[in-house]
Amino acid sequence: MTAAMRDPMLPRPFRIEKVRRELSDTFTMELVPAEGGGFAFAAGQFNMLYVFGIGEVPISISGDPGDGGKLIHTTRAVGAVTRAMDSMRAGDVVGVRGPFGTPWPVEEAFGHDLVFVAGGVGLAPLRPAIYQAMANRQRFGKVVVLYGARTPDDILFRRELERWRGRFDMEVHVTVDRGNPKWSGNVGVVPNLIAHAGFDPLSTTAFVCGPEVMMRYTALALEKNGVGREGIFLSMERNMKCGCGLCGHCQWGPHFVCKDGPVYRYDRIADLLAIREL
Amino acid sequence: MPGVDDPKTVTAALDMAGLDALIAALAERGYRVIGPMVADDAVVYDEIASSADLPAGVGDEQDGGRYRLRARGDGALFGYTVAPQGWKRLLHPPRQKMFAARRQDGGFAILPPEPAAAPMAFLGVRACELAAIGIQSRVFGDEAAGDPGYRGRLARSFVVAVECAEAGGTCFCASMGTGPQVEAGFDIRLVELAGHDRHVFLADAGSAKGAEMLSGLNAPPAPEADRAEARRRVSAAAGAMGRTMPAATARRLGEHAEHRRWADIGKRCLSCGNCTMVCPTCFCTTVEDVTDLKGEHAERWRTWDSCFSIDFSYIHGGAIRNEVRSRYRQWITHKLSAWHEQFGTSGCVGCGRCITWCPVGIDITEEVQAIHADGKGR
Repeated sequence: MTAAMRDPMLPRPFRIEKVRRELSDTFTMELVPAEGGGFAFAAGQFNMLYVFGIGEVPISISGDPGDGGKLIHTTRAVGAVTRAMDSMRAGDVVGVRGPFGTPWPVEEAFGHDLVFVAGGVGLAPLRPAIYQAMANRQRFGKVVVLYGARTPDDILFRRELERWRGRFDMEVHVTVDRGNPKWSGNVGVVPNLIAHAGFDPLSTTAFVCGPEVMMRYTALALEKNGVGREGIFLSMERNMKCGCGLCGHCQWGPHFVCKDGPVYRYDRIADLLAIREL
Repeated sequence: MPGVDDPKTVTAALDMAGLDALIAALAERGYRVIGPMVADDAVVYDEIASSADLPAGVGDEQDGGRYRLRARGDGALFGYTVAPQGWKRLLHPPRQKMFAARRQDGGFAILPPEPAAAPMAFLGVRACELAAIGIQSRVFGDEAAGDPGYRGRLARSFVVAVECAEAGGTCFCASMGTGPQVEAGFDIRLVELAGHDRHVFLADAGSAKGAEMLSGLNAPPAPEADRAEARRRVSAAAGAMGRTMPAATARRLGEHAEHRRWADIGKRCLSCGNCTMVCPTCFCTTVEDVTDLKGEHAERWRTWDSCFSIDFSYIHGGAIRNEVRSRYRQWITHKLSAWHEQFGTSGCVGCGRCITWCPVGIDITEEVQAIHADGKGR
C-alpha cells in the first residue's frame, strides 16, 4: 500500500524493537513497521501513537531523520495511554498514524549560528533537529544547546548531552530549577543561559521547545539578546485527536496546531502567545 | 450531489400527488428519503414514506431560549422554519465507527470497513442548511487529508431544497448572505404555495440528476402568476428577519480577544454546549477507543464534541480554557472570525439555532453587536 492510498485515520502496526528507560517516568521506544519498509519524517514532526483498545496520543518523533529504518519516540507517562505504553515491552505492537505537522526549518538556517533551547521533555522533539544539524555541521556557525530540567534527576538524554558537551564543535549548557547536594552546575531557569551562550544574534536561528511559559520567556530573552523574531521558532502543544485538522481540538486562534504547527516562527504567533486561555 | 450543469428546465407545478410521486421515485431509485416530521413536540428530519408523514399545518415559534410548535391553520407542509437538528447528523453522524481491529500475532489487524449505507435523499433543505452543507464539505473536503465519509455521503445524496416563504423568530440568514433564496447546491428546489383554495409546490431543477427526476414526474409548468407570488413571499421573508450580524466586526472578533464583554457573557453562559450541538457547521469531534471484555476486539468511535467542555482543551496538567468566557470566546471567534482564515467563509449561516436552543437565550448577534458598538470610532 502506498502512502497516498493509506487512510490517514487508520493506525499502522509497528513492532517495538527496544525500550529504553530514560527517567523514572520517561521512556524511549524504537519502532519498526510490522508490514516492513521504513518511516520517513522531518525533524519536528509527530505521530499519533495507538495502544490497542486504550486510545491514541500525539507524540513527537525523537530519532534521527537521517535514519529512515527506525522510528523513535520518547514519551513521558502522564495519562492512560502513555502509562499503558510504559508497560509495553520489545515485541509488542503499537499503532502509528503520521507523520503530521510542520518541521524545524533546519536547512533554512544554513549559514547561521544555531541555538537549541529545550525545557524538560521538550528536548525530545528537538533531538531530530540536533542530529540533522550535526550531520550538516559544516553548514552552520556555532551550534549551541541550552537545556533546563527541574532537578538533576530529570535531565533527559543525559549521556548524550555529556557526549555533545565533549565535542569541540558544540556548546552545551545545562541548568536545573532545583539542585541537590551532588549538583554543582547551573541553577535557575533556562532563559538565564542565553546571555552566557556565545552566538552572533544577528545571524542566529533558535529552535525552542518546552512548556509554553518557558518558551514565552525564552523568546523574550532571545529578543532581548538581539535575535530577531523571524529567527526564532517554537513548537506548540495542544490537545489533538486526529492530527489532520478535522477534530478541532488543537485550534489556537486561526491555527490548527496539528497541521499549521506544531513548529511556528515566533513573529507569526507572538500576539497569540500573549493571550491567556486562547 | 448537485452537479454544475445548468439544465434549462421550466418551473413545474407539483400538487400533492406530484410531491408523493417525487418521494416514491426517490425511494424507487434506492434513496432513503429523509424529511421533516413531528416527534417529541419538535420537527425532526427522519425517514419518511409519503407526504402523509410531513408536518401538515405545523409552524414554529422561536426566540432566545424558546421553541414551540403551533398550528398554522393551513395545510402547509413546510410551514415551520428550521428543525432543532439540521442535516448534519446524517452527513456528519454524531457517532461513527472509525475502524474495528482484532488482536493477531501479538499485534493487531484493522478489519475491513463495513459496506456503505444506502444513499440518502434530503427533502426540505433550507437555504441556510444548504449553505451549512457547503461549509462542512469545505471543512472535510481537503483531498489530501479530508474525511472520505462526508464527501462520499454528500456525493451520493439527492437534495430537494425548500425556499422559506416566512422568516423564523431567530433567523438572520439574510444578513449572512445565505438565504432565504436557494441559489445553488440543490438537485430540485421547491417553493410551497399553501392557500385555502389550492396547494402547490413550484419545482425547478439545479442539476442534471434533478432535471431528469423532475421531467419524469410529468408535472405541468407553473403559471407566471404563481412564480411571481413565490418570489414575492421569499423576498418578504428576507425582509422580515429581526436580527442582523454586524459583518465587519464579526470577521475581526479575533482582534477583540481581551474585550470586557467576554467576562459578561461568561457569567450568563452555562457552557452546556447546546449551541454547538445544534449548529449546522460545528464539526468538532473526539474519539472513544473500546474493547470487548476479552480484549480481543477493539473499535474506535468518533463522536461529536464541544469546545464548551473543559476536557476539550485538556493537555497533561490541565485544560487550556478553564474559564467559561474563554470557551465562549473560542466558539464564537472561531465561528465568525477564524473560519474565514481557515476555510474562506464565515462559519455562521444565520439559522438562529444557537439562539433558540441556548437555555439562557444568549444571542450571537447581540453579543457581536455589543462588541461592535464598543469599537465604533476607534
